[in-house]
Amino acid sequence: MSSPATAPALRRETYLNVSFGVKSWLLTTDHKRIALLYLVSITLFFFLGGFFAVLIRLHLLTPEGSLVTAETYNKLFTMHGVVMIFFFLIPSIPAVLGNFLIPLMIGAKDLAFPRLNLASWYIFNLAALFTLYTVITGGVDTGWTFYTPYSSLYSNTHVVPTIVGIFFAGFSSILTGLNFIVTIHTMRAPGMTWFRLPLFVWTHYATSLIMVLGTPVVAITLTLVAVERIFHLAIFNPALGGDPLLFQHLFWFYSHPAVYIMVLPAMGVTTELITAFARKKLFGYHFVAAASLGIAVIGFFVWAHHMFVAGLSPYAAMIFSILSYLVAIPSAVKVFNWTATLYKGSVSWATPMLYGLGFIGLFVMGGMTGLFLAALGLDVHVHDTYFVVAHFHYIMVGGAVMGYLGGLHYWWPKISGRLYPEALARFAAIVLFVGFNLTFFPQFILGYLGMPRRYHAYPPEFQVLNVLSTAGASILGVGYLLPMFYLVWSMRYGPIAGSNPWPATGLEWQTPSPPPPHNFDRTPVVTWEPYDFAGRADLQYPVPRPEPQMFQPAAHD
Amino acid sequence: MSAAHSALAEQFRDMEQQREASSLGMWVFLVTEIMFFGGLFLVYTVARAMHPAAFAAASRHLDVTLGGINTAVLIVSSLTMALAVYAAQVGRRRRLMGFLALTMALGCTFLIIKGFEYADKFHHHLVPGSGFSFPGAEASPAEMFFSLYFAMTGLHALHMIIGVGLVAVLLVHAGRGRYTAEYHTPVEISGLYWHFVDIIWIFLFPLLYLIDIHH
Repeated sequence: MSSPATAPALRRETYLNVSFGVKSWLLTTDHKRIALLYLVSITLFFFLGGFFAVLIRLHLLTPEGSLVTAETYNKLFTMHGVVMIFFFLIPSIPAVLGNFLIPLMIGAKDLAFPRLNLASWYIFNLAALFTLYTVITGGVDTGWTFYTPYSSLYSNTHVVPTIVGIFFAGFSSILTGLNFIVTIHTMRAPGMTWFRLPLFVWTHYATSLIMVLGTPVVAITLTLVAVERIFHLAIFNPALGGDPLLFQHLFWFYSHPAVYIMVLPAMGVTTELITAFARKKLFGYHFVAAASLGIAVIGFFVWAHHMFVAGLSPYAAMIFSILSYLVAIPSAVKVFNWTATLYKGSVSWATPMLYGLGFIGLFVMGGMTGLFLAALGLDVHVHDTYFVVAHFHYIMVGGAVMGYLGGLHYWWPKISGRLYPEALARFAAIVLFVGFNLTFFPQFILGYLGMPRRYHAYPPEFQVLNVLSTAGASILGVGYLLPMFYLVWSMRYGPIAGSNPWPATGLEWQTPSPPPPHNFDRTPVVTWEPYDFAGRADLQYPVPRPEPQMFQPAAHD
Repeated sequence: MSAAHSALAEQFRDMEQQREASSLGMWVFLVTEIMFFGGLFLVYTVARAMHPAAFAAASRHLDVTLGGINTAVLIVSSLTMALAVYAAQVGRRRRLMGFLALTMALGCTFLIIKGFEYADKFHHHLVPGSGFSFPGAEASPAEMFFSLYFAMTGLHALHMIIGVGLVAVLLVHAGRGRYTAEYHTPVEISGLYWHFVDIIWIFLFPLLYLIDIHH
């Protein structure tokens, strides 16, 4: 130890060791710490929502559904949807990875409004308390869609507390989106022009626009449902001259774009993964950036495709069908650009890349089946069947959750300063992919054969496919538990990662891992184009490891 | 650059960046507010298109005089708020405090008049719920009108209360000499919020009070 060559270096100050104790975390305004607070909150909710899914799949093992009563089954799928959508998927990538990475990627010290960022985490947890209250006191059975007049007149379950919870979760999401928009506009480092931004930042910009424009509408809509339920008002009640379809329009005006809140950030993650592990400049940067905004904009004009059989005028249905087809164009642009990036790239099969490639495959499946559903004639046949369930799980679980896990692995060395165990992680990624497809592919067939969604029992001829789906779900469950264990394990025992283990081009890889409290020891000046693997001498193989744990200011400035 | 201004938060490079961020933040927030109120305006539009006669009949029970006075009060308060922002920009502290106090007083006047209007609706059983009664065949749509009346003006009044609170905080800080010609962003962005709340009322007044006024 006394030899100068091996003497431990002075302890470097990182965002993790700058201060200790519960108070230093609960009152932090550091975006990196708030990201970790969110990580804890949404992981709890992910496993709560997953627990409901386990019960649903167990119940559906037999045609008569022998595990729970029909009423309990209604509550289970409702709570599964509410928890997974509003308390896991909507905040997942933005609030954890976006929060952690956006300031690092644009070369800022923090988000524009750090206290607002902390406030949004507290509001999220306040919302979570309301939801937990609902779970403990017996749940809610309206489906996550809260269709009136069932939700406002007939349901005897805890509709109002659930709505209050979702209302507050919405506020938290609005504040996050607002913070991102302002940060991306005003906090970029010198030289970080709009077209030098990583695509991860572009997709978060598009996501934030949806959060800011859509969430207030669902907030006021659900408030009206709660008020109507409490005071017996007439707004959505057809018996008193109100209009129940109006509720569906208002609800889907947010809740369809909300799908893009979930999948756009995952597209951003995938873009980063594909270029980093193909070691090639992204094909068509400008098109991918524009496609993100295109999805956000067109995504606001497709909502009524959820209402084709609800009594919509056929002319309106035609327009919404065409618009729904249009939103496939920017999505396809992204898929083509990713595959073109892979072409003649030097592809490696690291864990994050497995998730990235998995995302592309599953997203294409989910997207193409979405086109089936946007077709007016076919939708009449498969509406409200398991075909729809399989379709949106391919987008939300196959797309958004794969993107989230891929991103979590890719940036884990930056977040924790440690590498996860690679072989185990690849194994988990493959288990997840297999388990996912085994769970949800049979549901496409079930739906096409006519099994309706949300039913607690089914005809015996559907049992084989349901058993396959439940078997897949148990494999999927193992796939989700593995990363939780080995990522926590690696925080203490994983090999030291160094500042740029992959190596990749983003600014976030130029600061040490874990980053210092203010991200960069001095404000970086950006002089290079994005994803320029070939032109960056500092990123050529072999990268010496371990690297010096110091931020090197650019030599040429 | 000389020593950093005491009001500069650590995440910003300079005062200019901080001012831009705060101002853009308020604008984005106001966009969310437009979408929030927008949902109610849409519900209003659909409901009125379905029941035009009932809405006209119900609208007659609102007091156009009090509503008109309140409209004037709010427009004048927007003027005093604009003058307060100007006073802050040129660094006139006493003027700033005077105009802020005037804006607050006008905001409170609006809320007091609104309170009298609400009380009047209670006396005449026009508050939706079990106590509601309305002459004629279209009691249900009329109740819907009053639901929307209370939802929209109530949400607006809530924004007014928050606005008065904001101006009160500005007044205290102005009294301590916190705002100078170099740093007065809070006054500016609170002004944006105040004008926004006024504009909402400018839409609410004709939509709720003046439906049937040409008859």
